[in-house]
Amino acid sequence: MNLMTERSLEKAVNDKMSAQVNTIKMQGKDVTVHYGEKQALFGVSLDVPEKMVTALIGPSGCGKSTFLRSLNRMNDTIEGCKIGGKITLDDEDIYNPKIDVVELRARVGMVFQKPNPFPKSIFENVAYGPRIHGLAKNRHELEEIVEKSLRRASLFDEVKDRLHEAGTGLSGGQQQRLCIARAIAVSPEVILMDEPCSALDPIATAKVEELIDELRQNYTIVIVTHSMQQAARVSQRTAMFHLGNLVEVGDTEMMFTNPTEKRTQDYITGRFG
Amino acid sequence: MSTLLVLVIVVAIGLVGFFLGRQRAISKDDRSVKAHSLPHYHGWWVFLVSVLPAIIFILVWAIGSSFYIERQAINSLPVHNSESVIASQSLELGMVGGIARGLDKLTDQERANLPTTFSELRPLLSSKGVALATEGQDFMIPVAVQWNKSTARAHNIGAVVAIVLAVAGAIFGLSGVNVRTRARNNVERIILWGLLAASTIAILTTVGIVLSMLFQTITFFQSVTPSSFFFGTVWDPRFSAAGGNGAQGQFGLIPLLAGTLYIALVAMLFAVPVGLFAAIYMAEYASRSVRSVVKPLLEVLAGIPTIVYGFFALVTVGPFLRDISAAISGGYPFIMAQSVLTAGIVMGVMLIPFVSSLSDDIITAVPGSLRDGSLGLGSTRSETIRRVVLPAALPGIVGALLLTASRAIGETMIVVLAAGVAANLNINPFDAMTTITVKIVNQLTGDLEFNSPQTLVAFALGLTLFFITLAMNIFALYIVRKYREQYE
Repeated sequence: MNLMTERSLEKAVNDKMSAQVNTIKMQGKDVTVHYGEKQALFGVSLDVPEKMVTALIGPSGCGKSTFLRSLNRMNDTIEGCKIGGKITLDDEDIYNPKIDVVELRARVGMVFQKPNPFPKSIFENVAYGPRIHGLAKNRHELEEIVEKSLRRASLFDEVKDRLHEAGTGLSGGQQQRLCIARAIAVSPEVILMDEPCSALDPIATAKVEELIDELRQNYTIVIVTHSMQQAARVSQRTAMFHLGNLVEVGDTEMMFTNPTEKRTQDYITGRFG
Repeated sequence: MSTLLVLVIVVAIGLVGFFLGRQRAISKDDRSVKAHSLPHYHGWWVFLVSVLPAIIFILVWAIGSSFYIERQAINSLPVHNSESVIASQSLELGMVGGIARGLDKLTDQERANLPTTFSELRPLLSSKGVALATEGQDFMIPVAVQWNKSTARAHNIGAVVAIVLAVAGAIFGLSGVNVRTRARNNVERIILWGLLAASTIAILTTVGIVLSMLFQTITFFQSVTPSSFFFGTVWDPRFSAAGGNGAQGQFGLIPLLAGTLYIALVAMLFAVPVGLFAAIYMAEYASRSVRSVVKPLLEVLAGIPTIVYGFFALVTVGPFLRDISAAISGGYPFIMAQSVLTAGIVMGVMLIPFVSSLSDDIITAVPGSLRDGSLGLGSTRSETIRRVVLPAALPGIVGALLLTASRAIGETMIVVLAAGVAANLNINPFDAMTTITVKIVNQLTGDLEFNSPQTLVAFALGLTLFFITLAMNIFALYIVRKYREQYE
């Protein structure tokens, strides 16, 4: 009992401190996105603080995934997608033509809605990024990176005896954690997560949420989620989107207890969405 | 009464049955009980039970009665020349049939006082546009007259029975119309049988093709041993005069098989990289507008008749390669105009659209989430394709390539024109070689008897070819199916 209170106290203090101390890792200024004729984002300005979990919430089609995907330029792969405004990573404009997109995506990793392990072995899935970016000098180093990444994704103990079996043979939750391990393996600074739990059952979801909370120590995380509870559980800051606009952004605790905007309140209490 | 007229009458009865049945269903439905089927189902059911049995009967009757009449004619032919009884009998039967068809064209008056000798009949028939061979005999005329009579009788009986069947079917169907009759389910069952019949026809045709080749092949192997056919290294069929038994010739499959596989290999070496890279470009890089132009253009290649490719090879590619080789060596052309290389390259061009179109489908079928995953880890497009997309698509691509290869092996017109006819066994791609298909064409064109090994060998070749491509197709389908299971 005593221990519990102590730990929760510590967490609260940590949350409080980090909320104040953390510098801004990524910053969006008047970001607009067009898919062909259709405009999906209308001038969104949002700061992403370092080593914190920022949750993007809002009803379907509100532009939260679009904003997320423009943070590592994954929108570039969509035909007819045009982006305006400015997005910076460590005060560097990521849409500057001089920026190497491939390098940017190595710094800003991504985990997708549906677990998408490659049809390769578990080991090869995690080793994929390090191999491409030449992060390991030899086999031994590569094995170390793989093990470390799997441990960080709290998957290692479950799969250590079958590292060379197909990654597609894992359960849904394990697959998603494998994808997180795969993203971690390239040592990104920011990890973007697009509804990472929407295809998982509650137990797998709990595990992934726990993992996200741990990852916060080392990584800056932006997560899109449909679930209010999830946003409340894992994030320190929450941004509410509606119809391509940013409605409100603030500390999660404040957003859920005392939102300033009526639309946020309505959404959080389930009146629409 | 012609068969067409009978068919029209049967269908007309069926249509009347349809309207009556529908009407009857409507009038019986007094809304007190829920009707099982909509009125038009009752109509269709009446139509089907009246028309289908009649049509099936017409078909069976037509085949059966013609068999019966032929047997009758054979029996009434005088028995003679016991030596080669089958050949001459079938020949005589053919003539009788010819006379019978000719007699049909005569007027009633001419038929009444028919000449009794063949030499008088022949000019009469040729004035009606029916040409007959000179070897006709007088005894054939009464047989032919009898033939015509029995045909007409069989026809009339068949027509009457068919119409009676149609009427009976319609009455049976109409009597069954009731509010709770399950006409809808009955119609459904007949549709099922119809669909089943369609797929059975496709399978039976394949079986029929194999069987027809099989019997001729067995006849061939009675005069040439299988081992000298399958393992013989010399192809020299030595055409002899028809009927002559002197020269036997050698029928070694190996040089032909080697040529077939060699040319197919050259074609695949050309088509696979080009087709695959085109497919990768189209599936992964091309914007939608480029794709919508380039893809149909590439598929136009697939629509060019292969004979056109053949003379493209013959008049353009072959001479071009020969001249180039002459220029390189300084006078002596080391590439023949007809060569493995010429045929292979042109066949390769023909295969490009198959490779690219099949591979394009397979590459596009690789889930986009895998591409996103790889790009999201900071790999370039070509790294993504090389390390994720292609490995995932590989089984399917291998299947597609096997399908393409079996096409290359069975291809005929290009090799007939571009590969040459010399059955050489060599490894120089600049020389002429020949293929199984070319030899089948060679052996079967011209004035030939169908009972010498020289012609029968074509069936053995055809059957061999069939089994090679069949084996490849089955293997390819197996691989493609296995691949599909992975993502569905």
